Amino acid sequence: MAETATAAARGTRVTYDFVTRAIARTLGHPGKGYFALLAAAVALLAVGIVCLLFLLRYGLGLAGYSHPVYWAVYITCFVFWVGIAHSGTLISAILFLFRSGWRTAVYRTAEAMTVFAVMTAGLFPLIHIGRQWYFYWLIPYPNERGLWPNFKSPLIWDEFAIGTYFTVSTVFLIMGLIPDIAAVRDVATGWRKKLYAITSLGWRGTNEQWRHYTRGYLYLAALATPLVLSVHSVVSWDFAMAIVPGWHATIFAPYFVAGAIYSGVAMVITLLVPIRKLFHLEQLITVHHFENLAKLCLLTGMIVGYAYCVEYFTAWFGGNPAERAAFWYRAFGPFWWASWTMIICNAFLPQLLWFKPIRTNILALFVISIFVNIGMWFERYVIIVVSLAGEPFERFANATYNPTWADWGIMAGSFGWFFMWFLLFVKNFPAVSISEVKEVLPAPTRGKAARA
Amino acid sequence: MKLVNPLTAIFHPPPTPGVLAVFGHLDATVDAIGKLRQGGHTDFTVYSPIPRHEIEDALDQPVSPVRMFTLIGGISGCAVGAWLTLYMSYDWPIVVGGKPVGSIPPYVVIMFEMTILFGALATILGIAFNALFAARRQGTIAYDARFTNDKFGVFVPCEAARAGPVETLLRGAGAEEVRRA
Repeated sequence: MAETATAAARGTRVTYDFVTRAIARTLGHPGKGYFALLAAAVALLAVGIVCLLFLLRYGLGLAGYSHPVYWAVYITCFVFWVGIAHSGTLISAILFLFRSGWRTAVYRTAEAMTVFAVMTAGLFPLIHIGRQWYFYWLIPYPNERGLWPNFKSPLIWDEFAIGTYFTVSTVFLIMGLIPDIAAVRDVATGWRKKLYAITSLGWRGTNEQWRHYTRGYLYLAALATPLVLSVHSVVSWDFAMAIVPGWHATIFAPYFVAGAIYSGVAMVITLLVPIRKLFHLEQLITVHHFENLAKLCLLTGMIVGYAYCVEYFTAWFGGNPAERAAFWYRAFGPFWWASWTMIICNAFLPQLLWFKPIRTNILALFVISIFVNIGMWFERYVIIVVSLAGEPFERFANATYNPTWADWGIMAGSFGWFFMWFLLFVKNFPAVSISEVKEVLPAPTRGKAARA
Repeated sequence: MKLVNPLTAIFHPPPTPGVLAVFGHLDATVDAIGKLRQGGHTDFTVYSPIPRHEIEDALDQPVSPVRMFTLIGGISGCAVGAWLTLYMSYDWPIVVGGKPVGSIPPYVVIMFEMTILFGALATILGIAFNALFAARRQGTIAYDARFTNDKFGVFVPCEAARAGPVETLLRGAGAEEVRRA
């Protein structure tokens, strides 16, 4: 195993006990860097809350909506955060089914990121609907007029998909945590011991518990895998089912799924670099893990780059004048800067990852991952806002759209909200899976070491 | 007269008498399981920090019933999704262009999501029911905090009078520590 090889080169032996202690140590006093990050996240969240209060008081006119652009930054953020969520399930469920050993050290971070990203994403449709206090009209409940939601609308599919995704990824995260919480319970002291004694639900690692647990975990992974593919497909149909040029394309589902995993892997790298440094996890999360994440990034980035080519090619080759005009507007219209930011950050920049010195340079990966995050935000901005702004059906109403402080403030607040939950999680629960990291180590035996 | 709390019997059952052995090595644990099974013991519990196929193979247990929970949950989720969409469409029919009120292709999305949702929740219930609440002797058998860290353990329930041979057997298999509980 690469982990043990790296540790051996450094003269440390990675044993079961070392893994438990190293990960339990992340729950101790985290140092000033952690609190500085947490304070920054809470400050951003405060900005978002203030902007949201203004929006609630004075209405959606505060956002930069102008005809025909009525889906803008809030929906962009919604799709961005749902996309961020996807790589977590890829790493925790799909790579689990493929039995790839390297996922063990990074999957807990990715899975927690999934849950908090969906929590963030779920806020945006509610902010966007205007009369936020009527959000429950989306839920099929018997009301006094006997009305039900329209199940032929992709928006209601989206509600079911996101609701299911949030529920399933949360229970998947909690299920994976149980044996690890039990492990830290057995080395913790004080109030933490009590907290972990309750949250480990009586886990003791008996043969009977493992027998049901491993089976159940396998089925959860097998259910989460088609779910993750369906969720972003359904999100893409929010657009593809409409007849707006630039939206109405059959390529949308796979294009969105690849983009989602791409942005999510980039976010995993962005999160892991500081976490590894702050909590001294260099021996568990090694350069080998970052290199594998970089390869995933390269693969999905290539798919996204290919999808960009296909979109433009179809617009040209299909010969539909409205579609051609939409893509001309996208590349050379007033929003050219957004389109080219997206193409350069998402399709060209990750080509650097072909080179091993860059894949194994953590600082370079951190910088690239931030650019990919920016690029993927602009991808959604371009698809949603620029397609609407260039609508050929609205000849006399092509106002220039500009996001306002209410848009930017709430977007900044969403980053604060996400990072606040994430930082609180990694401080209070094992951010690296204890039992699964042990699974890829050779088991202690009396004779020669048995290989996992 | 002191009143007896009837809940005590449920939540704090008396400990099971027996022998607890602590092992530092996986192969020693597997040896002990083999010897116990040869000696006719079937009711023992093995603790391990991680699931290992060697232990599963040595115990030769039946496949977990959690899979039935998943299957039944998934099928009922699909049925609920179909009922939800079709019933609600026909309850307040909105006829567009004379086309059928219940339209299956868009409803497949809802049925699919409900299959996953109910299947996953039923799986969780299956794990919780089987592993946490219905497990034999849950909470009454001896435990050591090292079992979630780096030690393996075997607990054999037996009366004090018959504990001697079991202790010898476990020591012979390579147990680091053997104690009576």
